[in-house]
Amino acid sequence: MYPEKLHILLADDDPDDRLFFKDAFDAIKIDHSLTMFEDGLDLMAYLHDTNELPHIVFLDLNMPGKSGMECLKEIRSNSALRDLSVAIYSTSASNANIEDTFIAGANVYIKKPKDFSALKKIISDVVHINWQYVTDGLNRENFMLSY
Amino acid sequence: MNLFVKYNLETTCRMILQEQLDKFGLNYTITGMGCVKFHSNIPMDKYQSLTKELNRYGIDIIDNQKAILVQKIKEAILSMLQYSDNMPVMKISSFLSERLGESYRTLSQVFSEVCHISIESFIIIHKIELVKQLMVGENLSLTEISYRLHYSSVAHLSNQFKKITGLTPTTFQKIVKHKRTLSPVIN
Repeated sequence: MYPEKLHILLADDDPDDRLFFKDAFDAIKIDHSLTMFEDGLDLMAYLHDTNELPHIVFLDLNMPGKSGMECLKEIRSNSALRDLSVAIYSTSASNANIEDTFIAGANVYIKKPKDFSALKKIISDVVHINWQYVTDGLNRENFMLSY
Repeated sequence: MNLFVKYNLETTCRMILQEQLDKFGLNYTITGMGCVKFHSNIPMDKYQSLTKELNRYGIDIIDNQKAILVQKIKEAILSMLQYSDNMPVMKISSFLSERLGESYRTLSQVFSEVCHISIESFIIIHKIELVKQLMVGENLSLTEISYRLHYSSVAHLSNQFKKITGLTPTTFQKIVKHKRTLSPVIN
């Protein structure tokens, strides 16, 4: 009835951040797999090549090579990838930035919180709410969460 | 002195199954190695206890009874939200419990186990989804929407919307409008 496993991708150039995210994801109750990339180029190469599309992709906004925004635009303009949920996170966030990111098609915007337990809660909420979109066929066009 | 035993697993499992099912006073037929046919529906709390007992013996039920119940809960909630004119005046817990013939405690437990969120969270998420649909699809004003969905005021609606999505309804509408002018809706 429900998909077996939730597939999650993450792209972040900072190894410490990747570790924090991995720990935060370990707290999620839903059966899931997490694949991490060091930059946007590797992420996009994977997405273009894979048979197994993820349910949700987390993108750091500021990455060298290919930024989170560039990845987002590429994902949204590709018919094969269009249904992915995309969560963008960043340390910086002006309201204009956040709105632009949603307008470009992001589903979730996360301002990186300073403490780890806040991050864990956000990740958990995002994944569980996204799961509703996966299982209940809600309109992804309207799927927008801002933390 | 040593005693040597040989197991006939099929008999062993069948006996355990029979004993457990008899213990719960259930009406059934064992139709094969892994299949039990019940002559009537089992109440969910008995089913849960049965599952627990069988698990002690390493017997797992291939479970879709719970998934079926969850589906019924969701359908009840969604139809209640959709046909908001008929929205019950009673509490959600009584509504669901009466409609589905199970205690709310059982419904909550099973729902959370299968969906990983509470019934309450599910309702709020879908109510906000409905707000979004009415705003964007039917162009209703916040006042009309808050009336239709039984919010005590527009402020109450806006607060819940912001709490769940992190955006104000106005910002949300603005973003959707911009998205649509940027690219035609491809569906």
